[in-house]
Amino acid sequence: MTLSTYSSTLLLSQQLPTLQYSPTPARFDETWEAPLATLLGLGRAAGADLIEFFLERVNYISCLAEDDAITSISPRLTTGAGVRVFRGQADCYVSTNDLSFSGLKSALEKGLSILGLQLPAPKAYIPEINLELLRDYATKKGKDTWLASCSSMREMGEILLAANDKLKQTASHVQSRRATYFRDWQEVLVATSDGTFARDIRLTQSVGFNLLCADGANRSSIAERAGTTSDANFLRNWNYETAAENVSESAGKMLYADYVESGTYPIIMANHFGGVIFHEACGHLLETTQIERKTTPFADKKGEKIAHESLTAWDEGRSENAFGTVDMDDEGMPTQRTLLIEKGVLKNFLADRAGSLRTGHPRTGSGRRQNYTFAAASRMRNTYIAPGDYTLEEIFASVDKGIYCKKMGGGSVGATGQFNFGVDEAYLIENGKITKPLKGAILIGEATEIMNKISMCSQDLSLAPGFCGSVSGSIYTTVGQPHIKVDSITVGGR
Amino acid sequence: MSSINEIASYAKEKAAQLGIKKFDIYGSSVDETSVQVDRGEPKQVKASQRSGVTVRVWNEHNTVGITSTTDVDANGLELALKTAYEASFFGAKEHVPDFSPEAFAPVADIPNEKATQAPVSNLISSLIEVEKQLLEAHPAIKGVPYNGMAQRDIDKFYLNSEGALRNESRSYASIYLYSKTEEEGRKPRSAGAMRINRSVDMLDIDGCLKEAAEKTISHLNYEKVKSGKYCVVFSPEAFLDLLGAFSNLFNAQSILDKQSLSTPESLGNEIASPLLSLYDDALHSGNIAAETFDGEGTPTRRVSLVENGILTGFLHSSGTAKRLNAQPTGHANMGSKVTVGSHFYHVFPGVGAEREYSLDTAENIIYIDDLQALHAGVKALQGSFSLPFDGWMVSNGKWTSIDSATVAGDFLTVLKSIVYVEKEEKVTPGGVCPRIWVDGLSITGD
Repeated sequence: MTLSTYSSTLLLSQQLPTLQYSPTPARFDETWEAPLATLLGLGRAAGADLIEFFLERVNYISCLAEDDAITSISPRLTTGAGVRVFRGQADCYVSTNDLSFSGLKSALEKGLSILGLQLPAPKAYIPEINLELLRDYATKKGKDTWLASCSSMREMGEILLAANDKLKQTASHVQSRRATYFRDWQEVLVATSDGTFARDIRLTQSVGFNLLCADGANRSSIAERAGTTSDANFLRNWNYETAAENVSESAGKMLYADYVESGTYPIIMANHFGGVIFHEACGHLLETTQIERKTTPFADKKGEKIAHESLTAWDEGRSENAFGTVDMDDEGMPTQRTLLIEKGVLKNFLADRAGSLRTGHPRTGSGRRQNYTFAAASRMRNTYIAPGDYTLEEIFASVDKGIYCKKMGGGSVGATGQFNFGVDEAYLIENGKITKPLKGAILIGEATEIMNKISMCSQDLSLAPGFCGSVSGSIYTTVGQPHIKVDSITVGGR
Repeated sequence: MSSINEIASYAKEKAAQLGIKKFDIYGSSVDETSVQVDRGEPKQVKASQRSGVTVRVWNEHNTVGITSTTDVDANGLELALKTAYEASFFGAKEHVPDFSPEAFAPVADIPNEKATQAPVSNLISSLIEVEKQLLEAHPAIKGVPYNGMAQRDIDKFYLNSEGALRNESRSYASIYLYSKTEEEGRKPRSAGAMRINRSVDMLDIDGCLKEAAEKTISHLNYEKVKSGKYCVVFSPEAFLDLLGAFSNLFNAQSILDKQSLSTPESLGNEIASPLLSLYDDALHSGNIAAETFDGEGTPTRRVSLVENGILTGFLHSSGTAKRLNAQPTGHANMGSKVTVGSHFYHVFPGVGAEREYSLDTAENIIYIDDLQALHAGVKALQGSFSLPFDGWMVSNGKWTSIDSATVAGDFLTVLKSIVYVEKEEKVTPGGVCPRIWVDGLSITGD
């Protein structure tokens, strides 16, 4: 048998300056395959173990209504690219706004030089990188028409003004009313020297109220947001009447609330955004990023009991239209449904490519980033505690004196596993009944301790949109849970 | 990025083609490199070269629209101008922003040079050496999970269709170290330090290392603190953080939006102890990232906010200044709605204190070194806060690290409850401030 030689078809390094690529400027399609495959080959020829290009185009707009006027409409148009170069377990990331072939090549060259690598000599062959046929989730799922189908600037303004008007009708002692909306349309393309070549379009939208009420020295401020992915009609279908009534009711109750007395209490956390407790106290600690930093107490606990047996938890990217839903992650891997904890036993971590490389845990389609200026890292998607067996009545009946945390604010977890959450709307529970509103509460605890104190979960799972900030920037996530009881937790107050 | 003159030329040409007579542009380009290390190896190295501009246009009805873009070539600017023009028809019809009356005024003459960027390999080797020394500082220090060294060059400019054109360039470098301890039977403890300067060569790396090590070690032997009311001493960094969280007090746009603890009538009121005075001083020599003009091209300056406890001024854009019959102060951020933000607070003693305090002799003092979770525990519109902190119980010069605890209070009450402003000021990356003593704050511990 005679083997044919391929050398005549291979590209020589010295031919690079003569190459003429003309990828479609307004769309990341198949025309990007040739220039990216060449650049990936160039990187491999220089000695990199793996190269990844992430290309991004964003069309973002936000709209703000204050009282009875639209005071801001802000469009933003962004294009950029990032190239990540791996050599052994080390990597570097270079980002640029210049998506021309020479701009991307310069970024690659910089990345290679940081890792001590150089572009190959003029007569060196550039290996071919055979990319898969473009895995185009945008076209396959009909996303190319989304942007044009979203609300126009005029419609945004009209809906927000109508919503603010409803707030005026339902709230009392109003100092200021705000309705805000944003639409974040993002087109991404990922090409990697392992052959990955995938495109997607994401459409993330959020709308909500901020209501500030004041009566003399008494003040209350309540915010509420709804959010979605994949629904061009989201704003048109926003039920602002119900949202306005809920926000007004909460602000009214909290206006005259007493400060919470600090101490240790049993608490009941409401469903929906109450899920932020699991996100902060446990979810972050199950990211391989935390294993790499040695900042999680759960690093070597896979297969062991880390939580109360009543607790099962998931992280997934598939719930329809949920805020953290993605068809593929920012490394081109299809999303999945990842069981984190089953009846208290740790089952899986969330891993991106680098995290998998450095910790050995399998990738879970969790490599996410805010934009092209960040390398992807292991991040949560839609994360929630699964429904349990208890009724709401049973949970409340189990508390003699405690605190009902109806609406949570934000929170964070530190390097030692200590977490904290603000509570925007809280009530005293006495003998199983809600009595008076409380303000100024902050929940503080240790991740390893709190997970064993979640002793009761109800059946009313509800998901809520959230924004999560971490090593790869601010990303859209979902938190969620049913009503849960925490047997005891430190509550900071007055 | 295209040069500023090229951008000005593109914008003028495209605006004329589109029939846009009035516009302005604020833009910047950033070239930065950062490194992190992990146990002697580079963990992640990042480099970025990016640019962006915000284009603001006025239409024939004198309403304003804006668009931001990272495409700063002729085509990108044309699209941005078109989009901004479209948005302008939905812009605010009242209090429409205008060019700053000071867009042509001279700016401060401060050094305007970029430093030579250090090779990335130098950053990595320096940080690896620092990490090694920190790990060797005490057997209990098991890791430096958060660390980084970065250098950044920034060019920024402002131009408008009336011919205003100004630009400036800056460089700065930073290092942060955050180490963590592990000991059998003890909770993990952590602490950190940060330094910033104009270049990597000028960074006080040894000082950062020493501070991170000393702080981390000092938290090894911790005790719970009993809940109750205490006299609290805020570190300069902690007080500046708290001040920043409640900066709506001085923000004229927030005041006009009724999103502030102040009102236009608050000027002249006593809002703090007479022991306290406060400036916002963008041009302070300690402000490494000083800017000489704001997003509307207005020159920055020192602004008196509190004199001996009396509220004396607000931070303004040109629009808020016009509405409140004041002068612009150089604190505007360009946007569809122009916002206002502080630059560099400078806290200093007001009237002479009747009594001076010392941590060497005082008893049962809570020293708060670092406030945490400000995004979660501050209710800026209500004036209240409840925040976890790192700190020590100090009695007669003996410092004992405090196990997890929170401090809670009302910020306006805090300002009035200041019992001592120390004389020695500290220049920090976020401002200048001495230690601040506050009586009667709620601490939740054991």
